[in-house]
This record gives sequence, C-alpha cells and structure tokens, in this order.
Amino acid sequence: MRDHWLARPETIRLLWRVFIAVLVLTVAAEFLVAHHPHFRIESVAGFGAWYGFLACAGMILFAKGLALFLKRPDTYYEKGERDG
Amino acid sequence: MASAFLHPGLLVVAAGLALALLGGRARAAVALAAPLAALWLVLAAPAGAAWSGSWLGFEVRPLAYDALSRLFAVIFAVMAFGGGLYALNQKSRLELPAAYVYAGSAIGAVLAGDLVTLFVFWELMAVGSTLVIWSVGTGPSYRASLRYLAIHLLGGVLLFAGIAGHVAATGSTEFARMALDSPAHWLILAGFLVNAGAPPLSAWLPDAYPEASWSGMVFLSAFTTKTAVYVLLRGFPGTELLVWVGLFMVFYGIVYALLENDMRRILAYSIVNQVGFMVTGIGIGTEMALNGAAAHAFTHIIYKALLLMSAGSVLYATHKRKCTDLGGLFRTMPLTTVCGTIGALAISSFPLTSGFVSKSMISQAAGDEHLLWVWLALAAATAGVFLHAGIKFPWFVFFQKDSGLRPPEPPLNMRLAMLLFAALCIGLGIFYQPLYALLPFGTSYVPYTGAHVVVQLELLLFSGLAFFVMLPMLRRTLTITLDVDWFYRRLAPALLAACDWAFRAVGASLGAARDDGMRRINAAVHALHGPQALFARTWTTGGMALWAALLLAGYLLVVYV
Repeated sequence: MRDHWLARPETIRLLWRVFIAVLVLTVAAEFLVAHHPHFRIESVAGFGAWYGFLACAGMILFAKGLALFLKRPDTYYEKGERDG
Repeated sequence: MASAFLHPGLLVVAAGLALALLGGRARAAVALAAPLAALWLVLAAPAGAAWSGSWLGFEVRPLAYDALSRLFAVIFAVMAFGGGLYALNQKSRLELPAAYVYAGSAIGAVLAGDLVTLFVFWELMAVGSTLVIWSVGTGPSYRASLRYLAIHLLGGVLLFAGIAGHVAATGSTEFARMALDSPAHWLILAGFLVNAGAPPLSAWLPDAYPEASWSGMVFLSAFTTKTAVYVLLRGFPGTELLVWVGLFMVFYGIVYALLENDMRRILAYSIVNQVGFMVTGIGIGTEMALNGAAAHAFTHIIYKALLLMSAGSVLYATHKRKCTDLGGLFRTMPLTTVCGTIGALAISSFPLTSGFVSKSMISQAAGDEHLLWVWLALAAATAGVFLHAGIKFPWFVFFQKDSGLRPPEPPLNMRLAMLLFAALCIGLGIFYQPLYALLPFGTSYVPYTGAHVVVQLELLLFSGLAFFVMLPMLRRTLTITLDVDWFYRRLAPALLAACDWAFRAVGASLGAARDDGMRRINAAVHALHGPQALFARTWTTGGMALWAALLLAGYLLVVYV
C-alpha cells in the first residue's frame, strides 16, 4: 500500500518548491505596499526576512548552548521523588 | 435585573459544586448552561459596583463592572463553556467540579472591586486549580500538585502581606493603580508576578500543568496567568520593570520550548512566552499597549485552549505525550490536525488569525514610543513563537515521521469544542471590531495595512525556513532542561538529607561518648562499691575497734587542743 499522498517524496519536493516561491513572492511584495517605518532599520530591504531568519537561527544556537549545561535525561527527577 | 444581584463567578462556582453530585444528562446540562448564564450576566450588567457594603470595617465592592473587568469576565465565561464541552466525557468525578470552582473564582477575581474580595477569590483559584491536577490521582501528578500549591500559597502570602500593608497605610481597600513606592506595593507586585509565571519562579507552570489530565490542562492554561495579567493591567500599568520582566519571559519560553520533548510542556513554556508579551505591553503602558495586552490575553486564551485541546485529543487517543513517540498522526486524526494547526497559526499571529490583531498592538505601541530595542526584541520573539510553537508543535506531533500510531479522532464533544475555538480563532482574526469594542480604551487601530501584513509574513515564513533548514539541530531527545525548580526539587531535599546525615553522625558520636563516659563512671563506682571493693568489703572486728578508737582519739584532740 502506498503511503498517504502528503508523505510521498514527490509531494514533499513540490511543497519545498512552493514554499521557496512563496518566500520570494513575500519579499517581492514589499515593493508593492506603502511603508510607514518607525525606525530606520525597518527600511532596509527584506528586513522581516533576514531579521526573522537570523533571530531564529540565533535562538536555536543559544538554546543548544544552554542545553550543554542544563540538559538531563527525562527520568532525572523520578529517582528520589518516588517515595515522596 | 438579574445581573444586579446574581454574581456570575459565584454562579459558576455553585455549578461546580452541583456537578460533583450530578451525572449523565443533568451533568452535561449544568456544565454547559452555567458558563452561558454567567456570560449573559456579564454582558447584561451595567458599569459600576453591583454589590457593595462593609465587612469587618472595610468598604468592599465584591462585584463591580468596568470595561477591563468585563473583557476578562467574558473570555473566562467563554473559556469555561469551551472547556466544559471538551471535558464532558472526562471520567474523573473531581476534575470538572474543581475546574468550575477554579473558573468561577477567576471570574470573581476579575470582577472584584476591592483588594479583600480579590484576595479571597485569588486563594480559591489556587485551591480549585490544585484539585484539577490532584484529580489525576497518580504519584507524579500528586507531587506536582503539592509543588504547585506550595508556590501559589507563597504567592498568596506575599500578596496578603502587601494588601495588609497597603490597607494599613492608606486605609482604603480600593483596587486602583499603584506605584512602586512602598514595600507593600512591591509585595503586591511580587504576589501578582508569581501567578503570571514571571522569573525567577516560572518553573511552576511547565512543572505542574502538563501533569493534569488531557482535559484538565485546557482549563489550567486559561485562568491563573490571565488573572495575573488582569491585576497587573489594573494595578501596575506603565511600570517600566515589567517591560524587562516580560521580555525575559518571552525568550525564556522560546528557548525552553525549543529544547522540550513533551508536547504539552512545549505548550506550557509557550504560555510563559505569551504572557511575556502581555506583561511587556503592560510595562509600556500607553493606551495602545494596554489595549494590546488585554486583547492578547483574550485571543491567547482561545488559541492556547485550542492547542491544548488538540494535544489533549492526541493524549486521549494514544496515551503518549513525548514528541519522540509521536508523529504522522495526520493520517487518522485530520480534524485534530487542522484544528491544532489553526491554533498554531493563531499563536504565531499569522494574518487572518486572532493573534495577529492582538499582538500587533503591543509591537505598534513599542514603535509609537520609539523603543527600538523593545520593538526589535518583540519582532525577534514573534519569529520565535512560530519556531517553538507554531511549527514545532504541529510538526512533531502530527507530521515528522510515521510513528506507526493510527489513533481515531476523539469523541464528538471534543471535536465540537475544537471546532468552536478554531472558528473563534479565525473569526476574531477577520472580524476584529467586536473585540476592539470590548477593550478598555477606545481605539481606531487598523491591523491590516499592506506593510504590516508583508513584514509579518516575512518574519514568520523565514522563521519557518530557519526551522526546516536547522531541523537536525531540533531533533527531539529523551531529555528535560533544568530550571529553577531544581533548587526545590533537588538542592533543598539534598540539603535536608545532608543535615539529616550530619545530625545522625553528630548524634552517633555523642552517643558513643556518652556510653564511654557511663562505662568509666560505672567502673569507678564498681571499684569503690563493688562486691570486693573498698566500701563493700567485710572488715574484721579488731580493725573496726582500732578505727573507732582512732576516731575518738582524734575527737578528743580536736575538742581539747
């Protein structure tokens, strides 16, 4: 039996293409709308795009760094609390 | 007018107590009718104090309406209805009554016109919510409920001390705006912030809420933190400290949720994140910001409940809660997937969802006040919400890999509750004017401008790109991330154990010294008084006569010399 159409590799390839096309169109749409920026940085081309991407990348890297110190097995608290 | 003498909060509390005795259709009828009646009462009541009087010498107004309290009472009643509908098939006899006492006391807290009434409902909420967690009846949930109760009783003590100080200093129990000019007001703020999930005690929320049942957490997500947002809105608008507290909560929620594996703990961290947006708005304190915070509390209750209903449906059907065990559920749970995804889009404030029309006002306020760093942080956080909740939750639960699980959709009442809240998420995103009309300040804000929609889509879609590009780094592992609760779950018990060990060690050595001392004394006594010792020996008659003669001679000498 074939897998659900949404899980097939050709669908996923198509979804990636559509996603990238939408990304390009979103940035292109900037030139079609009127801007009322509060700050100068907002006027830099594609601000939302690069800022959103970099912010997320930064948060993921920060989280991974924090995990080096604070990550524990998820059974960590089970020991010792069992009789409590 | 019924609204003049009936208290909508107490009505829901009474319904909760009645639910404990009812079963079958009567239970369902009361569970659905009580929140609707409360909603009607709240909407019908005129502004001003409906109940007032004096109690123990204090002027109290136990039931008072204004725009702000009405907004919160409305959404709490809607939430109680949706949660009640979702929980109708909950087998526990305790959970739904406890949840209604909890919901009713939350309504009572936001309709309290004075600090005394507020405190009473505040504590009743802690009891109701603890019972919701307790009702699960397993060891971990029982222990989590006790930790939860301990933190909230601590918050209650802080609040009570603050209220007592405030009343002693001003002679008034009125709940009005306060400045941070006295220890009493700091204590009140601290008490409020404990319930908001603010640092340093944010950990109570992701620790306790996910231990509730599949339906219990839906209720828990709504009332405690949002009541805290309400009291901060009324008591401390424009307090700059709250901007920084709020931004900390925003990023704390994102980072911890990114590392989390339990699907409902992801959503618990994201409650802290979302309340952070509201607290930041309260700290900015302009009319736009306060409207934004209030509107965001309103929309957040609906989409967070929807997200937790979809997670609850998965838990109900699969009895699994970890992302590592889940995945691919869209095949057999399409409705749950769609509803969960709508909730995820709304929390990410996608255009055409409720989150967009509310969160935008907070960012707009930061821009209007030219707070560049706050504005940039909020923009980064907006992208981060999509990352940690908007994509992560639906992706790992419903898509990701094929876990082989083929669970059915949940029962009809649970599906209806999800459909109702999904419709509200989209409806409020498109027809936002009724919500704006309920806000504390009149507003002519228009969320849908071309530039705003485009920038928001850029932020969100490129956040999505970052998620899929960096997916290998986000792969779930069987881990938790330590938080401040480590101090009271691990360090404090370890210190107690160490003290116990030290007491035992000192006690043992003292005991040994005592035994040794007793042995020495015994030996000495034995040496003098033992069977053959000096004082116990049998002496000869001659010896006795000699000693008596010597004593008498000594006596004579003492007397005559």
